[in-house]
Amino acid sequence: MIGFLKLLARNRLALAGGIVLFLVVVLALVTPLLPLAEPNVTNTSARFLRPFSDGALMGTDHLGRDLLSRLLWGTRLSLAVGFAAAVVAATLGAAIGIIAGFYGGRTDNLIMRGVDMLMAFPYILLALAIVAALGPGLFNALIAVAAVNVPFFARNIRGITVGIAHKEFVDAARLAGLSNTKIILTEILPNVVPVIVIAMSTTIGWMILETAGLSFLGLGSQPPQADLGSMLGEARSALITNPHTSVVPGLMILIIVMAINLLGDGVRDALDPRLKSGALSRPMASTMVRRQGPVPEPEGKGLLEVQELQTQFHVRDRNYRAVGGVSLHVKPGECLGIIGESGSGKSVTVLSVMGLVASPPGVITGGAVRYDGADLIGAPYRKLREMRGRNVAYIFQDPQATLHPLYRVGDQLKEAIRAHHGIGRDEGRARAIELLKAVRIPNPEQRLTDFPHEMSGGMRQRVGIAMALANDPDIIIADEPTTALDVTVQAQILSLLDDLRRSRGLAIVFITHDFGVVGQLCDRVAVMYAGRIVEEGPTQAVLEAPTHPYTARLMACVPELGGGKRRLEAIPGLPPVVDNLPMGCAFADRCDRVQADCRKGEIVLERQGARAVRCLHPVTPLTEAAE
Amino acid sequence: MGRYVLRRLISAVPVLLGITVIVFAIMALIPGDPATAILGSYATPENVEKLNRDLGLDKPLVAQYFIWLGNMVQGDFGTSFSLNRPVIDEVLERFNATLVLAGTAFVICSVLGIAAGVVSAANQYGWADKAITFVVLLGISIPSFFLGMMMILYFAVSLRWFPVSGMWPIYGTRDIWALLDHLVLPASALAVVATGVIARLSRSAMLEVLRQDFIRTARAKGVHERGVIWRHALRAAMVSIIPVLGIQAGFVLSGAVYIEIVFQWPGVGRMLVDAILTRDILLVQGGVVFVAACYVMFNIVVDVAQSLLDPRIKT
Repeated sequence: MIGFLKLLARNRLALAGGIVLFLVVVLALVTPLLPLAEPNVTNTSARFLRPFSDGALMGTDHLGRDLLSRLLWGTRLSLAVGFAAAVVAATLGAAIGIIAGFYGGRTDNLIMRGVDMLMAFPYILLALAIVAALGPGLFNALIAVAAVNVPFFARNIRGITVGIAHKEFVDAARLAGLSNTKIILTEILPNVVPVIVIAMSTTIGWMILETAGLSFLGLGSQPPQADLGSMLGEARSALITNPHTSVVPGLMILIIVMAINLLGDGVRDALDPRLKSGALSRPMASTMVRRQGPVPEPEGKGLLEVQELQTQFHVRDRNYRAVGGVSLHVKPGECLGIIGESGSGKSVTVLSVMGLVASPPGVITGGAVRYDGADLIGAPYRKLREMRGRNVAYIFQDPQATLHPLYRVGDQLKEAIRAHHGIGRDEGRARAIELLKAVRIPNPEQRLTDFPHEMSGGMRQRVGIAMALANDPDIIIADEPTTALDVTVQAQILSLLDDLRRSRGLAIVFITHDFGVVGQLCDRVAVMYAGRIVEEGPTQAVLEAPTHPYTARLMACVPELGGGKRRLEAIPGLPPVVDNLPMGCAFADRCDRVQADCRKGEIVLERQGARAVRCLHPVTPLTEAAE
Repeated sequence: MGRYVLRRLISAVPVLLGITVIVFAIMALIPGDPATAILGSYATPENVEKLNRDLGLDKPLVAQYFIWLGNMVQGDFGTSFSLNRPVIDEVLERFNATLVLAGTAFVICSVLGIAAGVVSAANQYGWADKAITFVVLLGISIPSFFLGMMMILYFAVSLRWFPVSGMWPIYGTRDIWALLDHLVLPASALAVVATGVIARLSRSAMLEVLRQDFIRTARAKGVHERGVIWRHALRAAMVSIIPVLGIQAGFVLSGAVYIEIVFQWPGVGRMLVDAILTRDILLVQGGVVFVAACYVMFNIVVDVAQSLLDPRIKT
């Protein structure tokens, strides 16, 4: 609760709204005690006095009544009626909602049908019908406004109740032999009340507006008594000659409702956990770059060269170091595998290449990514965009989520081409068919007009690959492209990628957590753990003689066909959280070869020929493995 | 597609019936002798007797309902005693004017609201976002009738840009330009609240969509950011914006009542308020049922639009 209030207070606008509202309410409460003129005493000799005239701070209205006094009394009335309407609507609505949600079945069905029916009306029609039946008057207007809002509460509270009614503690109460009434009062209600209060706080401004509206129409408070709405309604006839009589009550409604809305928004934001975590932030067009330290010099190792890359996620006051200084390279026509558990930083590494890490919260804080020698980190967005898809293309994991669900696949393919080349309609279609053929999709002409949801998972991933091929890129980065697919489809996709690589001379960076896949496709492999590379080398050599204990354990996780009764070993424990990495080796806590010196200090990536390892006590000594 | 429309039309029948039941039930709440209550205590005995006969008030409630319903299905909504003409004629004439006003406002709030929401989301936490958020907050907090009055004061009285009230000039030709001239102020005043609500929801729908994987795919393809926002994100966000438009249409229709009073617009809302004040119950009943039915039909159109927009909806 205190945390919630703190969060609310941090929101300056909500605080301002709260203060204004508090002042207005206090003013309304003490109105009877203030030395004000009588609100309903007319004095026709002093009609339409301007504001700031003697004895009438805000002037007088068409009957010479003191506006300030009427304003305060009117505010009092409007607040009271709005609040009462909210309470009535919330109570009735909650009662209906709880009954519907708790009993379910036919009761629920019947009640919710009725509620839907009421919601099929534009609300004012219902309110007008009720006032028409009951006759104009403030109390009747209150009933109308409350009744119109009952369905809203009923529907909300029912949803919450349905969720609660099947929880264990309700079942327990039932087994204990409590009556339904008792369960509702002692188990359900306490859990629903906070929701009711929040829903009420967000609708109370609305209720005040609505009752003011009915009064404005002359259907609410009747003279001489006046709330803010009827003050405005009476002033309307003198709008042009004496605008102050309209402006005074109108501004008051605006102030009250705005204060309530500010406060309500603040409450809602303070309660929304997604806002706290920054999950509602919009990712920018390219990842934010805030490099500390010098940019590494080019080494000319390959077509794509990642040097000492550091990418972090800044969430509130914590820094998660997803990638902590990774260096990689890939040559034309080569296939590099990056392997590691979920959360090891492999995806973030490759997404950083083209600035595709969601930002906020992602920030690239160091290192360089060189394509053909030129540094891409910190390159202007325009340049990055031109290279995306044309020089470096991506294939993502789950094609269900990565293709746009509402565009036909043909249009998505054509768009990929059109992003870099101006082509005509027919040419685009021809190219798209060609691409679908290249990824071995049967009947490509007909498939062009399919939506992604009309295709199978394997077909969708082929479309994903076709899209990556659209502009003949030099490098394809495949981020777990086969993880979401079943095994036979996986094999087809892998052989397709391998063929494309050979026929087109593509360089591929292939991310996976499966050593079996690496063995089929990759020339070289890099093993990542907790944001760093722990082992690197030619695939065959690493498979035959792993050096890092983590690599060895990962390989033990792969089942082998005909491998006999070998036990599949899971690695105990979880990878460390990357906002607070331990000293020394990040794998130490899960390693069975761990010794005291493993936790002492920084362990470097030692190189020997094509092999590299970051371990003090390797499974196979590096010198031996390198031979 | 045709089947889907048909199915939606059939499913609207119980809703329409429900509306008539609710309206009938509310009117049955009128205490005392309904005819006297409807006509007021100064009504002549002949009028009371005629109304009793017209309404079939000597019969049981259920029978009364079905007679009333049967008449309405045949287009007979009864006769307004204060205007002395068939209710349906009056309602149709007034509803036309409301449609012009509310329709224009609806177009304004849809276009402006969505555009504002998209711009706001695309520049989240930037100055444009902050400015739009503030204006939106102001818009949803101001009573439309007060806003309308202030607009009259400033744009009609001070600046003399537009006429003060009414739908047509008192003298002069009734052409489209005269109508537009009279329409600008009330339609804008009416659109403000809904624009704010739509902008808010579009903004959050856009933010929701912008975090999805297919947006990253679009960026990875090299699609320009403008295309990412307006073509990819907005297209997907529309799926959750369209239903909101349907709901907001109801609010625009509701708000029209106030605006029609403020601007003396000869619409159905003003007719209803006058009818309530003169206790012309048949006119109220007929007007409410007619407008509610139109709203239900409009929502079917929204559903069909939704299904056209989202191929994943089975039609």
